[in-house]
Amino acid sequence: MLPRTLARSLKREQPCATPLRFATAFSTSSIARLSPLTSVSHSPVFIDKVHEGTIPAFRVLDGEGKLLPDVPAEWREKVQAIPDEVLVKMYRTQAFLPLMDTILSSSQRQGRISFYMTSYGEEGAVVGSAAAWEPNDEVFAQYREVGVLLWRDYPLSSLMAQVFSSVNDEATKGRQMPIHYGSSKHHFHTISSPLGTQIPQGAGAAYALKSTPGRENNCVVVYMGEGATSEGDFHAGLNMASVLGGPSIFFVRNNGFAISTPAAQQYHGDGIAARGPGYGIETVRVDGNDPIAVYLACVEARKRAVEGQKPILIEAMSYRVGHHSTSDDSNAYRSAAAVDSIKKLDSPIFRLRRYLESLPTPLWSTELEESTKAEQRKAIMVEFSKAEKTKKPALAEMFGDVYGGKELERPLKEQKKELKRLIEKWGHSELWKKDLEKFDGGKEAVSRW
Amino acid sequence: MFRSTSKALLKLASRPSTRTVSSSSRSLSSPTPANLAANAKAAVVSPTPTVATSSLLKNTREDALWTPGLLWRDEEAVQVGAPPPDAPHLVEADLQPVEAGGRETTKMNMYSAIRDAMSITLRKDTQSMVFGEDVFFGGVFRCTMGLADEFGQERVFNTPLTEQGIAGFGIGLAAMGKTAVAELQFADYIFPAFDQIVNEAAKYRYRSGGMFNVGSLTFRSPCSAVGHGGLYHSQSPEAFFLQASGLKVVVPRSPIQAKGLLLAAIRDPNPVLFLEPKILYRSAVEQVPTGDYQLPLSSAEVLQEGTDLTIVSYGPPLYTIEGALHLLKNPTEDIQSLIPEDLRHLSVELIDLRTIAPYDIETVVKSVNKTGRCVVVHEASKTGGVGSELAAEVQERCFLRLEAPVGRITGWDTPFGLAYEKFYLPDQLRILDSIIETMRY
Ligand SMILES: Cc1ncc(C[n+]2csc(CCOP(=O)(O)OP(=O)(O)O)c2C)c(N)n1
Ligand SMILES: [Mg+2]
Repeated sequence: MLPRTLARSLKREQPCATPLRFATAFSTSSIARLSPLTSVSHSPVFIDKVHEGTIPAFRVLDGEGKLLPDVPAEWREKVQAIPDEVLVKMYRTQAFLPLMDTILSSSQRQGRISFYMTSYGEEGAVVGSAAAWEPNDEVFAQYREVGVLLWRDYPLSSLMAQVFSSVNDEATKGRQMPIHYGSSKHHFHTISSPLGTQIPQGAGAAYALKSTPGRENNCVVVYMGEGATSEGDFHAGLNMASVLGGPSIFFVRNNGFAISTPAAQQYHGDGIAARGPGYGIETVRVDGNDPIAVYLACVEARKRAVEGQKPILIEAMSYRVGHHSTSDDSNAYRSAAAVDSIKKLDSPIFRLRRYLESLPTPLWSTELEESTKAEQRKAIMVEFSKAEKTKKPALAEMFGDVYGGKELERPLKEQKKELKRLIEKWGHSELWKKDLEKFDGGKEAVSRW
Repeated sequence: MFRSTSKALLKLASRPSTRTVSSSSRSLSSPTPANLAANAKAAVVSPTPTVATSSLLKNTREDALWTPGLLWRDEEAVQVGAPPPDAPHLVEADLQPVEAGGRETTKMNMYSAIRDAMSITLRKDTQSMVFGEDVFFGGVFRCTMGLADEFGQERVFNTPLTEQGIAGFGIGLAAMGKTAVAELQFADYIFPAFDQIVNEAAKYRYRSGGMFNVGSLTFRSPCSAVGHGGLYHSQSPEAFFLQASGLKVVVPRSPIQAKGLLLAAIRDPNPVLFLEPKILYRSAVEQVPTGDYQLPLSSAEVLQEGTDLTIVSYGPPLYTIEGALHLLKNPTEDIQSLIPEDLRHLSVELIDLRTIAPYDIETVVKSVNKTGRCVVVHEASKTGGVGSELAAEVQERCFLRLEAPVGRITGWDTPFGLAYEKFYLPDQLRILDSIIETMRY
């Protein structure tokens, strides 16, 4: 390699080098390392793709859950080698999601919770991927990935506690809107609403894993929507992951929409997958409605990420069947008929169910379906009712965790004292009394501050 | 409070019809707080006002047309920076019945008024464009509804989901002479654009020796609390932009204000950050003049005159203050014992700052020199907030007149916790308490 000073002086002295000189310079191997050209052309070559045609989506099951005849033997064997208990748990977890989503989104409409987001249509992408990770792989999610937590047996009571901002909400202590789950025990970093911020954070976490004893075989998984990939943080994060390394998987849920904005107005080019090679990142596209393909692609991606201590990009193609959130009415920008036809044509839950039912020793049946649904719905309702009746965290939690350390910092200590004075003076008033009672310990707890 | 009498109109009738009418003559004829209080004693106590019943909102055409500082822009075409024609203020003819050529108003909520301002801009300024995340279908708060249909998707369009991109893109448009109205979907998500706004938009003119500027750029962004927004759908980030010299920051309180201030912001030869309190989008409804008009930037408005105490605020807390003042005069039984009798007829001067940067200190100083006492109310945190800035200026300029420290009633210095909103925001009782504390000092 050229000594640095020489390289610099070369640059300085030849800022407007003639084409010939450029060619000479490029042909020296030392310069080539500074500017990694592998080949030259003698007429300009303009490209708009790194892959002939469109990048294919990996799929093993058809819309009816049948193993496709063209799946090569190697992958057919991999499909068949998936343990029964993984398949059944995958199905049970997927099927759980719409039950919970329906109950919680209608409870939002009744004003019992303040907000909700469903996973409708993306159950296969989220649960299929979750099943491929080790339970202690670090997850940095966007928000529509509660299926990962369910896969990791995050208690339903904790979920409901978060959604209701109850005193048992360990995830956010009542501070964040519903669905902003998090659990260090489940290696699931708390959801943050600002989009894309988790992407470079995931790159950093992966770099950290490289030097964390005992975590040699773990990786980081970063989830995001296709909309979020337009944020600057996506570029920053993937580029850093690529340059600095560390076992990481960037899993893009391409569900066709970012609120009202269709993917066609989000990016041009061959989706998000096409960007991976640009960063020098190994990339795979997968049919997100085929839970088995998602699972196998993720298992393979994870292997490569951990062995290579490097990032992998996965783009899962799916469809957001539900509204963006309870604040959204998607009929304002897409036809209900289009959504219905997708629902009918292609459901990841249906595909997996059919597959399980069609196995030589069927892993699923109508009877199981009925009993499971009843049991799941009951479990949801039990925890729902418990959480709804539970008090909010103590009012003191408003000031907690702003900073670390045993004592509150000076401004907070003063402001908490001021609120205490105010509550002692006015707490009996109609304007405050009822609201104070909602918090754990109520007004009495405040008087002990 | 804040209501008109017909006296002003009578006075007006005797004026030559071409003469510009000073709106202050009308507000002077409003009942003083003292006679209002007297009325209150006699009458049945009305319920504490809310945004829905606020007398800060103008429900009649006459009231709407009397909006102080209103400047008509009747030109066919209006470009950024173009000075208004002569005598554009309210004249008697404007107040004639609509059939007789008077000015029209129509009932609008705040998002419709904002939409109206953008529609006027797109119609009268052929170089103008409106864009941002989900703007095409109408925007998540409906502010751009129908604009793409009306003006085409070349001029009203969705952008990819990137705030830094949207801000930078807007700067590029403006630097090339376009009028750019960029929507940043939530003020909570303005921070990816912080660099473009603070380092680029604000400094474009200064750093190029005045050769380039992006004065035709306006950022619109919904801000502040809604009751259930938690950390990332409730923030009031205005103070972060106070140090971005070159950038103006505006927060409207109502539909009439939003329309007039937004049109002024778009046409102002400086980049403006226009923060729209999203709780007011639907809840604040007024009769809004349908024509093209502007309201002045960097000009505070005295909403109620008074002599004992000055309260300065902007955006939604103005309505909370209105409620607190009502409680002060008509305390409910549960708090009667806490409100000293002698304060119940307190004469309070209420000021809406409207433009946060660069703000109108003269109106505040004039008021505090009269009252000797001042309280600032805002939703954003206390430390380094607009209240801190105002308190410093007021003590510097009114030091010898002050009879109490300047009070700051604000959100606490914590992130905005969902379940704690009620006790995080300055509410009626906290404002009431600070009035008492400041008066008792
Ligand atoms: C920085 C930032 N900008 C805007 C928003 C508002 N917002 C919330 S979700 C969303 C769309 C995201 O779409 P996508 O990433 O595709 O995820 P999906 O909702 O489809 O799962 C937007 C614009 C936000 N949360 N953060
Ligand atoms: Mg999406």
